[in-house]
Amino acid sequence: MLAPVRAVSTESRRCPLLTVQPCRGLMDEKFQVVIKNLLPNQEVTLHSLHQSEDKDFWEAFGHYISDEHGTVTVAKDESLGGTYEGTEQMGLLWSLRPVPGSRPALRLRKMNVLTPMVINISVYNGHLSQGFSQASLLATTVTERWYMAPGVKRVNIKEKGVLGTLFLPPGSGPYPGVLDLWGGGGGLIEYRSALLASHGFASMALEYLSPEKLKMTEVDGTYFEKAYQILQNHPLVQKDKMAVLGLCFGSAITLTMTAYSRVIKPQCCVCISGSHAIPVDKCLFEVFEDIKKLNGKIQVNEDNHLIHRNTILPIPSDPALKVDVGRIKCPLLLVNGTDDQNWATVESAEDMEMMMKKAGNRQLLTVLTYPDAGHLIEPPYTPHFRATNFLLHKMNEKVVMLWGGQTKPHAYAQEDSWKKILAFFREHLYGSSVKAKL
Amino acid sequence: MLKIERRRTGRDHGNIVTDSNQFIEERNVYYRTTMLAPVRTVSTANRTSPLLTVQPRRGLVDEKFQIVITNLLPNQEVTLHSLHQSEDKDFWEAFGHYISDEHGTVTVAKDESLGGTYEGTEQMGLLWSLRPVPGSRSALRLRKTNVLTPMVVNISVYNGHLSQGFSKTSVLATTVTERWYMAPGVQRVNIRENGVRGTLFLPPGPGPYPGVLDLWGGGGGLVEYRSALLASHGFASMALEYLSPDELRTADVDVSYFENAYQILQNHPKVQKNKMAMLGLSFGSAITFSMAAYSTIIKPQCCVCISGSHVVPVDKSLFEVFEEIKKNMDKVHVNEDNHVIQRGMILPIPSDPAQKIDVGRIKCPVMLVNGGDDQNWASVESAQDMEMMMEKAGNRHLLTVLTYPDAGHLIEPPYTPHFRATNFILQEMKEKIVMLWGGQTKPHAYAQEDSWEKILAFFHQHLYSSNIRAKL
Repeated sequence: MLAPVRAVSTESRRCPLLTVQPCRGLMDEKFQVVIKNLLPNQEVTLHSLHQSEDKDFWEAFGHYISDEHGTVTVAKDESLGGTYEGTEQMGLLWSLRPVPGSRPALRLRKMNVLTPMVINISVYNGHLSQGFSQASLLATTVTERWYMAPGVKRVNIKEKGVLGTLFLPPGSGPYPGVLDLWGGGGGLIEYRSALLASHGFASMALEYLSPEKLKMTEVDGTYFEKAYQILQNHPLVQKDKMAVLGLCFGSAITLTMTAYSRVIKPQCCVCISGSHAIPVDKCLFEVFEDIKKLNGKIQVNEDNHLIHRNTILPIPSDPALKVDVGRIKCPLLLVNGTDDQNWATVESAEDMEMMMKKAGNRQLLTVLTYPDAGHLIEPPYTPHFRATNFLLHKMNEKVVMLWGGQTKPHAYAQEDSWKKILAFFREHLYGSSVKAKL
Repeated sequence: MLKIERRRTGRDHGNIVTDSNQFIEERNVYYRTTMLAPVRTVSTANRTSPLLTVQPRRGLVDEKFQIVITNLLPNQEVTLHSLHQSEDKDFWEAFGHYISDEHGTVTVAKDESLGGTYEGTEQMGLLWSLRPVPGSRSALRLRKTNVLTPMVVNISVYNGHLSQGFSKTSVLATTVTERWYMAPGVQRVNIRENGVRGTLFLPPGPGPYPGVLDLWGGGGGLVEYRSALLASHGFASMALEYLSPDELRTADVDVSYFENAYQILQNHPKVQKNKMAMLGLSFGSAITFSMAAYSTIIKPQCCVCISGSHVVPVDKSLFEVFEEIKKNMDKVHVNEDNHVIQRGMILPIPSDPAQKIDVGRIKCPVMLVNGGDDQNWASVESAQDMEMMMEKAGNRHLLTVLTYPDAGHLIEPPYTPHFRATNFILQEMKEKIVMLWGGQTKPHAYAQEDSWEKILAFFHQHLYSSNIRAKL
């Protein structure tokens, strides 16, 4: 990916040294990037480059000035410009964006979690903002980012009609179980579960919205209950230490099941960017038919991006149209971004709080609201996507969905919420009195 | 490529398990395949769960890790245990006995092991003190042949101070760590050119890089891991195969074989012609001395010779050299365990220069790395003689000698275990014996760690920058 030019360093008496520690880290782990042996007060550009599974190139860069010893320490020094600014230890990852000339509205997701994300990190002389592939390097290195920690096992689940992937932490267990539900994009997304297993949780990513494999008329409450039980009954999972984690539509499922199901009784739940205003109390086919009726409220911005958020506004006052969150008996953590343009999650959270106050279970609720974060709050250090290509189910229509959010606040939301989600799980699934540190 | 096989079990569905090392196991046989007994973790009964962290979880073989245990009771006796299954399927283990502090924490880099396979404050003790588990075959040596995959080590915490029965005891916490010889981006290239056989490892990026010709010893074959590690540190390193009777006739391996190899490396488009080095161990050191002294083609910027000697017949093919060596077999001793001690073969160091490599002719910096308890070659005595010869010849200033008390012959990159005596096939006699290498575990581990640091610094100094003493 880089032109085979002679490294400047071999001519100079100084040989710039670039280190990234660890060279192989987990996706949610911080790295230390240090450049040494530069000239004092030398202007350099630190650049990251990644080729996705879809073969697109993503890059990020920061402009630095070395100190009097010729050193740049990313965790301490400020980037003066580039795709990120300020003291941002992980900026080279969360500010990744498609290189100029790429296809528009891309989203970066790792589908194969058995291999790492490979990132090239390079140092260039001067403050560059383009032409990296032609410029000469001062130093370069490669770092890997893994979703699976060593020893984590991946198990295909295909049982009783339920499809998913289970990730088990290393060792003989048993472990707490987490049922992991993604949103209306469908398919089987494994990386968050892989990461949860790397943190000690037996996590099952559930496939529930794949019309070619699972008939939408057959995916209803019993499908989710079966999935939950398959996980709970696994010999390496602790029956009485269970949780459900959802994002977007997955949150709606989580809230519905936790409120109404006699089978799904987790010790705690986490709902990211969700709402109680979409009860999933029927089969998926019927639920999506209902959702279609709200399509009139979908707006479009000047870039022709779809704004979905108003479809559930105003939050209905009629309880029959909402999940009765007053029935929830376990601690519930909500994670929302104020600039969510896809679902009205902040408004939903306010309404849920009201309902729970009335019902007397308000003490179970924790709400994390991140200013200027968007809808897709995912594990940290992967980039922010304000709007990406989306295939609207049942419409067979390709659109660009506006998720919202601004890059830096969204990166902060991902980092902070993930820390708190893991602590929340540890508190309720591993030890009740100790507020476990990450 | 990931290969997924679907196999049916007794029930209606076989669930397929793949871990990040791409092993394929049936779900129902996980008990058989995990190395620990399937008992309920004690931690789930407590309200606090002991937390074991190893940072980094994926490190290079020569990189230190931080092991910390938290959430124990204050002043709790625990055993920290490491377990590894080698490519040969043997199990290796190490363990240390610790007592947590008043916060219930054990920090291996700071706390003392009170017993086990290592004692004292030893951050990497769980690796360098690995030894075959009780009941294993004897005289084993732990070496990674496939450098494309990592060494996988299970680290566990047990309650109390245990010295055995680990597989039957329940763990407080466990984790898995990987140790890699190849850093991300390092490329492995098979070399089969002009009759020369080897493997070249290239650092990431466009280069070009300094080149290192990497020579192992009389055990023969193609040993890649040291070169892989050198590439991870910025050197284009070629592990050379020169002693494999099945592939290379010893009569054909002579000076021109090594000169061909050197040139193949030097002429590689990603290697800097004028930034070359040779690195040898044992017999590989002898070759290095010989080439550096006599070859008109091999003129490296520096050389490193580990556990070597200059008392070797020169200018002959390997076949002839080994014939010569056979003549001295009467000087080979055997100790009370029937382990072969070869160190006497070149003693006393001859005064006749015709029997030694004329190290006075060497024109580049040379670093010697020797163990004071080397039972295989008289490397310390040889070093003393070399120093004398170089003093006489006027090139003494090129010589640096590192001598490690109580280290043995096999001084390798750090944190892999010490082997005092291991199975060995004597090439020239086609006989299976147990060779005594010498050394004591802790001093040998120290020698490996310290010498590797100094070897890398030496290479950096002479191959990357002439004026700056580069730090690792």
